[in-house]
Amino acid sequence: MYEFFKNLDRRWVFLLMLLAVAVPILLEAKFPEKATGLATAVFTEVENLEAGAPVLLAFDFDPASEGELGPMATAFVRHCCEKKLRMYFLTLWPVGPRMVEDAVARVIKADFPELKYGDDWVNLGYKSGYEGVIKVIVTDLKQLYTTDHFGTSIGNIPMMEHIQSVQDFDLVINVSAGYAGTKEWVQYASTPFPNIRIVAGCTGVQAPLLYPYIPSQLPGLLGAIKGAAEYEKLVLDKYGANHPVRDADGNPVLDEDGNPVIPGKYLEGIRRMGPQMVAHILMIMLIIVGNVIYFVERSREGR
Amino acid sequence: MIRPPAARALSMVLGVLLAGPVGAAWAQEGEPAAANPPAAPPRIAAHDFLMDGGDQARIVWEQSPDDPANVSAYAIYRSRTDAEIQKKIKDDRAKFIAGRKTEATKAILGEDWKTMLDTLTPQQRIDIRAARAEAAKAAAAEFDAGAMNDPASEDNRFLLHGSTKSLELKYEVDKLDRANAYVFMVKAVGKDFSKSAGAVTDAPMSPTLEWFDGTPVQSGGRFWLVWIVLIFCGAVVFWIRHARRGKPIRVRKIAGLEAVDEAVGRATEMGRPCLFVPGIQDMNDIQTIAGITVLARVARTAAEYDAKVEVPTARSLVMTTCRETVQAAYLSAGRPDAYNQDLIYYVTDEQFGYVAYLSGMMVREKPAACFYMGTFYAESLILAETGNAIGAIQIAGTAMPAQLPFFVAACDYTLIGEEFFAASAYLSGSPEELGSLKGQDLGKVIVAVLMILGIGMMTLASMVGEQSGLGERLSAAVKFLKDVILT
Amino acid sequence: MKRTAPMIILALGGFVLLVAYFIPYTQGWGEDAALWFDILAAIAFILGGGNLLKIHLKKMSDKVPGWGYSAVCVASFLAMLTVGLLKIGVHPNEQFPDYRWSGTYDQVGSPFWWLYEYGFKPLTATMFAMLAFYVASAAFRAFRAKNFEAILLLGTAFIILLGRTFAGVFLTGFIPEDSPMAGLKLENLTMYVMQVFNTAGNRAIMIGIALGVASTSLKVLLGVDRSYLGSGEE
Repeated sequence: MYEFFKNLDRRWVFLLMLLAVAVPILLEAKFPEKATGLATAVFTEVENLEAGAPVLLAFDFDPASEGELGPMATAFVRHCCEKKLRMYFLTLWPVGPRMVEDAVARVIKADFPELKYGDDWVNLGYKSGYEGVIKVIVTDLKQLYTTDHFGTSIGNIPMMEHIQSVQDFDLVINVSAGYAGTKEWVQYASTPFPNIRIVAGCTGVQAPLLYPYIPSQLPGLLGAIKGAAEYEKLVLDKYGANHPVRDADGNPVLDEDGNPVIPGKYLEGIRRMGPQMVAHILMIMLIIVGNVIYFVERSREGR
Repeated sequence: MIRPPAARALSMVLGVLLAGPVGAAWAQEGEPAAANPPAAPPRIAAHDFLMDGGDQARIVWEQSPDDPANVSAYAIYRSRTDAEIQKKIKDDRAKFIAGRKTEATKAILGEDWKTMLDTLTPQQRIDIRAARAEAAKAAAAEFDAGAMNDPASEDNRFLLHGSTKSLELKYEVDKLDRANAYVFMVKAVGKDFSKSAGAVTDAPMSPTLEWFDGTPVQSGGRFWLVWIVLIFCGAVVFWIRHARRGKPIRVRKIAGLEAVDEAVGRATEMGRPCLFVPGIQDMNDIQTIAGITVLARVARTAAEYDAKVEVPTARSLVMTTCRETVQAAYLSAGRPDAYNQDLIYYVTDEQFGYVAYLSGMMVREKPAACFYMGTFYAESLILAETGNAIGAIQIAGTAMPAQLPFFVAACDYTLIGEEFFAASAYLSGSPEELGSLKGQDLGKVIVAVLMILGIGMMTLASMVGEQSGLGERLSAAVKFLKDVILT
Repeated sequence: MKRTAPMIILALGGFVLLVAYFIPYTQGWGEDAALWFDILAAIAFILGGGNLLKIHLKKMSDKVPGWGYSAVCVASFLAMLTVGLLKIGVHPNEQFPDYRWSGTYDQVGSPFWWLYEYGFKPLTATMFAMLAFYVASAAFRAFRAKNFEAILLLGTAFIILLGRTFAGVFLTGFIPEDSPMAGLKLENLTMYVMQVFNTAGNRAIMIGIALGVASTSLKVLLGVDRSYLGSGEE
């Protein structure tokens, strides 16, 4: 046993990790979530907006980070739709438009078909230049965005009429996977223009770098899938049964307790926390086993 | 539904003529019938901005009597120049005509016209072109006779520059031309988006050029930044000159850099190549430059030991620079014949495509020494673990705080942050470069002193109470330090 | 001259842009220089593409071990380039219906979109997902309690690993929320560690990095550090 663990082939570790992630997913294991202060701060910022308030959603991530950031993007869009906010989407990443379209298709087109493009939401698309884009649009958005993502002139989009710059938005919601992302939004938007309020969701690796900005430049932050799960929980607690799964006749499908079944897309963050928990416990066990082997080896060498 | 050509054309013209007034109303800066527009701000003034190249002005105004009860924002306008007015009229005309042409297409093909574009017959294309031409002619005539063509109309005279929220009574207008004189207007915007009458500045003003920041010292601006830059750069230059005079400079040992020669030597003994990864960013990133300075040293050592150094890059410009660097290194080692430019090549810009290539290449070719020097993101752990799996000695250096833990856990040696930037000086041993490290250290001393000062003052202020005279002075001093000097 | 000319360009450009930042009239020059760099980098794509083809075609013709991968690389490169550049299968833009190539190259349903959606995206997500496995093997191999600092690190790792999941909430769920010991609940401890200790460490590293960047830039501008041009010796 000792020799087996001492010379453990890393592929056994990979197999254990595969099982740790796959089994909870396949068994649909979900665990209760409890929102922490930062997730609650993000939720409160969005919740305090009035209906019709303009909100900029900057989705700066790519398919590689969809696993961590996709659920929070969905939750943000859903929250904005439930609050009837006016949503303006843009992205600083070349592959970001696809992420915007996915979120729009998943939430707005599926569950909020009454929201009209150009009146309730608009997709401004991608512009190259990373932080250079932010530097320009904080004072003059229409200088860069002369058309939306589909080529329609900005002048022909009713909800763009009163928007001259990022400062005209009541809130900026940034979902970021790296550069250019939340750090650039904080550096070039909310720091020189303190009237711009930004909340963000980011990958787990990036989160520690953004804590110094909390709470003055960044009132709230969702870190990784945990942050997404907490935010989803808050949104579900407030708006949970608004868009349940429906059968062919349009009636809500009920679970065994008689509660409406919530679509899986609004539970992705919570769902993905199951494998995360099991994987974390696996890593703790691996670390303990590794240290046991280390100390046994040391004691044998000592003899 | 596709109708006969004549009927199609007639219905198109009728449709455009009927749709015209509706379209025109929508194309203008229209707003719903105002139920309750707010009162205009009573007074407005425009001042020159004190830190600009003659292209900015600061507008201030008094609060509207209806603010905040019935005001959601203030809209700020500047006057257009004659050339701008002409251009606006021309652009509006083009947009108006384009809108009518689209209506004409819709009138012929119906609401699903977008999906039919690929299946049109040549005759249909001719009909559509004719209809669009007719619509354009009618739209042009209508525009030329309307208010949108009047240069003196408010909409043409003034350009909406930006807005502020309710109770925010100042705004900075930029992108002005100091050769022109401008008039500014502010309107209060009601909660139903209705606008007040405009409050206009009394006289035109022209912004003036400042050659340096005119903001008062006590308000901030760039004044303090200049001093900080001069102190820091001065320290670096001083210590470089100090080192040139032959005074010894002591620098602590950096294990990762001491191991560079050992790593290359190990690769030579094993007959396997070295792999050097200069990060995934381009030449405009200082970390890439720092990585390439380490590459020069690694390449020179490899040339001396007759080892192979492979440098796959994620950017073409980095590839070009690395080739120059390695070639010069081989030349200085007296081995120009051993240089092979095909060992430095471009892979892909795409992050995970690059790391997928590197992983596969490492598993196939099994380099004995791997150097990761530059900017890395999520791929850092994949590289480091793959290198570990093949038994390579790994030395990493990056200034990405998020990736340092992965490199520390998986690599044999890691250069953390400024150790990576010190690599060039350390490896060359040049007194001048070592002197610059000392100058850098002075910067750290200054930061530490400021931190201790700030923490001490805030702690004392909270102990004596911020309402007391001393507490108030200390709080004001910390505020000045934070918001003026360090901003 | 080969080394002198780049150094002169570098020094001149660097110092001009440094001073320009403080002069209002010339403040925007830095952004213009960044745009020039973007243009250069865009042109360099052609250089990179040419080099890619050269290297991999050579590997294929020499039939070196692993040449099959080069064949896949070249085929994928040419396929994406062709369907993207020629806009194969793309419908015209509704604003300009008369022009066949007015649609966007990545229009939903087009071959380029299909390759991206069902080829590129899953591959990228797969590579990113591999991190989970590598983290586990790195943790097993590297986290040893060799000394006091390592023990501290291990303890912190356990707190964070548990506190970021329901396991942490469960293990310290017996502590009431409003008790003085609530700070010892794992989820609260996690936040404290992240926001205090971790932030302090990150700030220190970031200050060091910022000073290192400034010093390195100054050395390069002054020509003290010339190793990126090759050896430091003339």
